[in-house]
Amino acid sequence: MSIPTHLKYTKSHEWIKAESDGTVTIGITQHAQELLGDMVFVELPKIGRTLAQKEECAVVESVKAAADVYSPLAGEVVAVNSELESSPEKINQDPYLAWLFKLKLANAADLESLLDAQGYEKVLESEEH
Amino acid sequence: MLKTTPLNQAHRDMNAKMVDFGGWDMPLHYGSQLDEHHKVRQDAGMFDVSHMLVVDIQGEHVRNFLRQLVANNVDKLTVSGKALYTCMLNPDGGIIDDLIIYFLSETWFRLVVNAGTADKDIAWITLQRDKSAPDFDIKPRRDLAMIAVQGPNARTKVWQVIPGTQAVTENLKQFQSTAFDQYFIARTGYTGEDGFEIILPASDAVDFWKKLHTAGVAPAGLGARDTLRLEAGMNLYGQDMDETTNPLESGLAWTVDLKSERDFIGKQALLQTPIKRQLAGLLLLDKGVLRSHQKVITQHDQNEGEGEITSGGFSPTINQSIALARIPVEVTVGEDVHVLVRDKKLAAKVVKYPFVRNGQILV
Repeated sequence: MSIPTHLKYTKSHEWIKAESDGTVTIGITQHAQELLGDMVFVELPKIGRTLAQKEECAVVESVKAAADVYSPLAGEVVAVNSELESSPEKINQDPYLAWLFKLKLANAADLESLLDAQGYEKVLESEEH
Repeated sequence: MLKTTPLNQAHRDMNAKMVDFGGWDMPLHYGSQLDEHHKVRQDAGMFDVSHMLVVDIQGEHVRNFLRQLVANNVDKLTVSGKALYTCMLNPDGGIIDDLIIYFLSETWFRLVVNAGTADKDIAWITLQRDKSAPDFDIKPRRDLAMIAVQGPNARTKVWQVIPGTQAVTENLKQFQSTAFDQYFIARTGYTGEDGFEIILPASDAVDFWKKLHTAGVAPAGLGARDTLRLEAGMNLYGQDMDETTNPLESGLAWTVDLKSERDFIGKQALLQTPIKRQLAGLLLLDKGVLRSHQKVITQHDQNEGEGEITSGGFSPTINQSIALARIPVEVTVGEDVHVLVRDKKLAAKVVKYPFVRNGQILV
């Protein structure tokens, strides 16, 4: 499984993309969608909500289970991908395209604390053992 | 070490995602649980259910023995091949297991019991035999495999794959079975669709499975099996019922014969215990997904939120979430209830189930 190198990651299987306007876009990884299986429901945070790092802020539910999504960083929700509410299967089709929400970071430097692709790969390897 | 069925390698060859299902290494899905679900509703799918146990009871007085062993009345079985769905109860009326009994002859009845309860069932049945009529054999048949072929086109596919079966099985009604060569073919299932459950020698299972696949029958995993049976309003042992619940509060009163004079294990308890709870169908009106163990709030609660979802999930056919829930017996169909999902109270409606039968949405 290839892990996109232009993204950042968390141990809880979120991906984070730094946008040119200073916001970040957040979704769940290929590994996460594979584990969960067919998605049937997505609950997104409200725009304007302020999130602490690691705060539960969204839920993705598959035929199999519900999974909490944690905010990878502290910040304010500036956009949500409401298209997923009617088409949650888009996460299965392309988890790196089907973003969940965008954050304006409280502190842009926090981004550096996240895992890079190589670091995330190690997390996946350790989970397998 | 997980137990495996004769089809284990065949599942892996079809890229199944395997899971530990009560100690058995079983396929959860082969790529998409939703696709498999729809395939069964619209065409034909096949399930490896060889983890379930066939138990043959052979000898004299088997019918007498079964009369007192199970809650349904085996006297309903008059024609060879006829099947009966029933619960086997403990003296308190609690459900030890649910099973199907096939009447083959007066000296041979065939039971099919759940995988997770098989050892317990054998021990219980043996104990009861030793008490009453120790002159027959209880034979667990791990030499057999079982494949369920389900869907509107399931029977036609089976007829294509086993030449000669059409003539002997096309007049079978629901809950009837017949033997053909090495196959035991029953018009039963756990999906709410037409089809067969086929018991055959373990050594023939892979070949039969592959032939069905070539004929266009889609392999379907335990994931789809669960959403299909939930839509069909069929109970799952260990979730919707167990030894602490009785059939009358589990939507299974229709399987209990309290009218005849016949005594059976658990009968006295059923007659004496007031029924305070029922199993009801729920249709979620808000967005979200109902899951087992979520609390249900009704206007008849003595303690708010005493109801509980026993099986919940997303219904691929209805495209809404549905559930079976154990709630106060006073609640009636059409009432609005609430389900506690995380920190929210979601609105749901009590509906008559099955939710889906033969491809049709009924709620």
